[in-house]
Amino acid sequence: MAMVQPKSVKYRVWATHLGLLCFIMIIVFPLLMVVSISFRTGNFATGSLLPENPSLEHWSLALGIPYTQADGTVLQPPFPVLLWLWNSIKIATISSGLILLLSTTSAYAFARMRFKFKGVILKSMLIFQMFPPVLSLVALYALFDEIGNHVSWLGIDTHGAVILASLGGMALHIWTIKGYFESIDRSLEEAAIVDGATTWQAFRYILLPLSVPILAVVFILAFIMNIMEYPIASILLLNVDNLTLAVGAQQYLYEQNYLWGDFAAAAVLSGLPITLIFLYCQKWIVGGLTAGGVKG
Amino acid sequence: MHSHALSTSVAERKRIMNTSIFKWAALGATFLLALYLTVVLYAQDQFAFAVLFLVVIGSALYIFSSNKAYAHRYIYPSIAGMVVFVIFPLIYTIGIGFTNYSASNLLSFERVQEHLLSQQYQTGDERYNFKVYPQGDQYVLQLESPSGELVETPSFSVTADEEIDLTLQPAESAPDVAPLGLKDIVKLKNDLRQLELVTADGKSLRLAGLRNFAAMSAAFTLEADGSLYDQRNKVAYYPNDEIGFYQNADGATLSPGWTVTIGWDNYLRVITDESIREPFLQIFVWTIAFALLTVVFTLALGLLLANILQWDQIGGKGFYRMMLILPYAVPAFISILVFKGLFNQNFGEINLVLEGLFGIRPDWFSDAGLARSMIVIVNTWLGYPYMMLLCMGLLQAIPRDLYEASAMDGATPLDNLFKITLPQIIRPLVPLLIASFAFNFNNFVLIALLTGGAPDIIGATTPAGTTDLLVSYTYRIAFQDSGQNFGLAAAIATVIFLLVGSLSLLNLKLSKVKV
Repeated sequence: MAMVQPKSVKYRVWATHLGLLCFIMIIVFPLLMVVSISFRTGNFATGSLLPENPSLEHWSLALGIPYTQADGTVLQPPFPVLLWLWNSIKIATISSGLILLLSTTSAYAFARMRFKFKGVILKSMLIFQMFPPVLSLVALYALFDEIGNHVSWLGIDTHGAVILASLGGMALHIWTIKGYFESIDRSLEEAAIVDGATTWQAFRYILLPLSVPILAVVFILAFIMNIMEYPIASILLLNVDNLTLAVGAQQYLYEQNYLWGDFAAAAVLSGLPITLIFLYCQKWIVGGLTAGGVKG
Repeated sequence: MHSHALSTSVAERKRIMNTSIFKWAALGATFLLALYLTVVLYAQDQFAFAVLFLVVIGSALYIFSSNKAYAHRYIYPSIAGMVVFVIFPLIYTIGIGFTNYSASNLLSFERVQEHLLSQQYQTGDERYNFKVYPQGDQYVLQLESPSGELVETPSFSVTADEEIDLTLQPAESAPDVAPLGLKDIVKLKNDLRQLELVTADGKSLRLAGLRNFAAMSAAFTLEADGSLYDQRNKVAYYPNDEIGFYQNADGATLSPGWTVTIGWDNYLRVITDESIREPFLQIFVWTIAFALLTVVFTLALGLLLANILQWDQIGGKGFYRMMLILPYAVPAFISILVFKGLFNQNFGEINLVLEGLFGIRPDWFSDAGLARSMIVIVNTWLGYPYMMLLCMGLLQAIPRDLYEASAMDGATPLDNLFKITLPQIIRPLVPLLIASFAFNFNNFVLIALLTGGAPDIIGATTPAGTTDLLVSYTYRIAFQDSGQNFGLAAAIATVIFLLVGSLSLLNLKLSKVKV
């Protein structure tokens, strides 16, 4: 141990552990509470962290199965949560796939080729990425209304529209991949080109296989960002069955129709997989996120 | 060796030659189709869209046909995505800011004129009650005149979307089928509107309600000087392109109006109209305060935790790290809603705990101060893990012997923080803090899901809440208000664009981005 240690260090270590644990208790309290609430009976029940009369009512409704109460009345699921989750996953998967495809080719050009206005384009991409899409929702709505007049599956209230709109936000991913490409020595590709490979072949068969890790990170990042996207989807999607999770979830907590328990189960059910994906991939994601400053 | 030069390598040239005939045919076809669509859009008065389409397709054709622009082929799709879905909406929004585009001025002039000219009014007092009898695919209409006579139409079908003239003839008795109920008549309403029934004495009847026909005629006639003459009260309305309404000599206007350019009026309204200026300024100050407080709190907490986790003596770092980034891993749209429920005044768990401990039940959603504190608390919860992760990365880069030297000199932890840690990490941290500030300045999702802006600011003519940020404020002006004032919302959006733009330029300068 190189550090010079004061004598009281043992107590300080214990105090720190205690402090950290208390802090974590406070931080995790809301999350534990939601899990607990999802097992309580009814939508207005209060109680301790461990529910006294655990009930699977909310979980059954969240999974789309009508629930028969003790007195024989049948509760119908208020919202199609699984359908929303599926919509979110579908949209996020297709968008992230397209984003990955297009930003990889762009990043390749930015990393390896020389062309006019390269610096200007890269810098302005960073600047335009900062403008929140909330502010141009009127324009986006008009745009997709017009597109829908010509191509109906890309119009208002289609998933195609949300996927297409997500293609506006690739700057960050391009920067991430470009940084990675630049860290790979270009002599391999040059050797291949000398041997008669085309630029495209050098990219496809040499650089891409070397970049699989960063491509996975960008895919996951784009996936999570698309799952969380709220403003654009809230304007473009109208029909209850078409909503994504981010837009639909708030419908549980309207003042007139306050379904706290049902929400809790739906939140755990849909939030858990996304949380686990994030925690599992955090090592890779953190690098990508902190480089760009997307969230928080 | 650079690929620009490589693009004309032998293999490449061969490939281009082989595919050139096919390529030029495809390009030609795309070009013709694009030209056609552009003309169609232009003819539909969608000037902005026509230009956008022309730019996107035109540049695509150039880039994919010219060998000089070979590198641009790789970047074209992502740039096009950005142009269409970020830059175009931005310019379009700035444009809307100079118009009176709103729920009352939604249509083009031609559509407004068409709408007004199609309006009908009842010219006499006589109403003919009617019944509709289905006859196979067709219908027969039977009417009872005010004097009690029964008349009926020949059978007609309603498939075509055009006016039908029918002559009424005396009817002997009701057909032996049941007449349609009101529900079916409502369904047929638009078709019945197309009917013009001519009585034996030459009167022309039109649908006047769900139960009767009456003599109707057009409410307005178009005069040679472009004015609309109101047949009911014999007044002329002239189109006023300054305000986008038809207006008579007394200044009274006809609804709906059309969209016109009104210059800086929206901006002037924000400055001069007190019922807009007051809430705007209040929201502006709160937005800055909120973004600043968030950055300060998340940074303080994140830096503290990062420092603790850097400490060699602490075991179980993996566990702590995992638990501490949990708020970051849960999707924000879920955790914000969770807090919305937990802070609920009556059955929220937070108030239950507070009541148990201190006997208080704060009203988090109706008191402005409490609502704002709640938002800052929730956002600190959401945002500190990001700062912690940033700081952990930066702290690792500080040479350890600096701290050893300071320990030798008997420095306190505070000395270490202000004299070693902060000076070492501040340079790379500042651009990230500015980015975080800009993000929170526009943190729409938090406000929309947590409070929706509530509680409202009293005396505001636009929907404005004490917890609204500028972004949620513009969103509410555009989409929530009954007025749906898109023009005003776009003007405020433009102001935010300028603020965000200058922030990101500053950021670019500070972070010394290398390209």
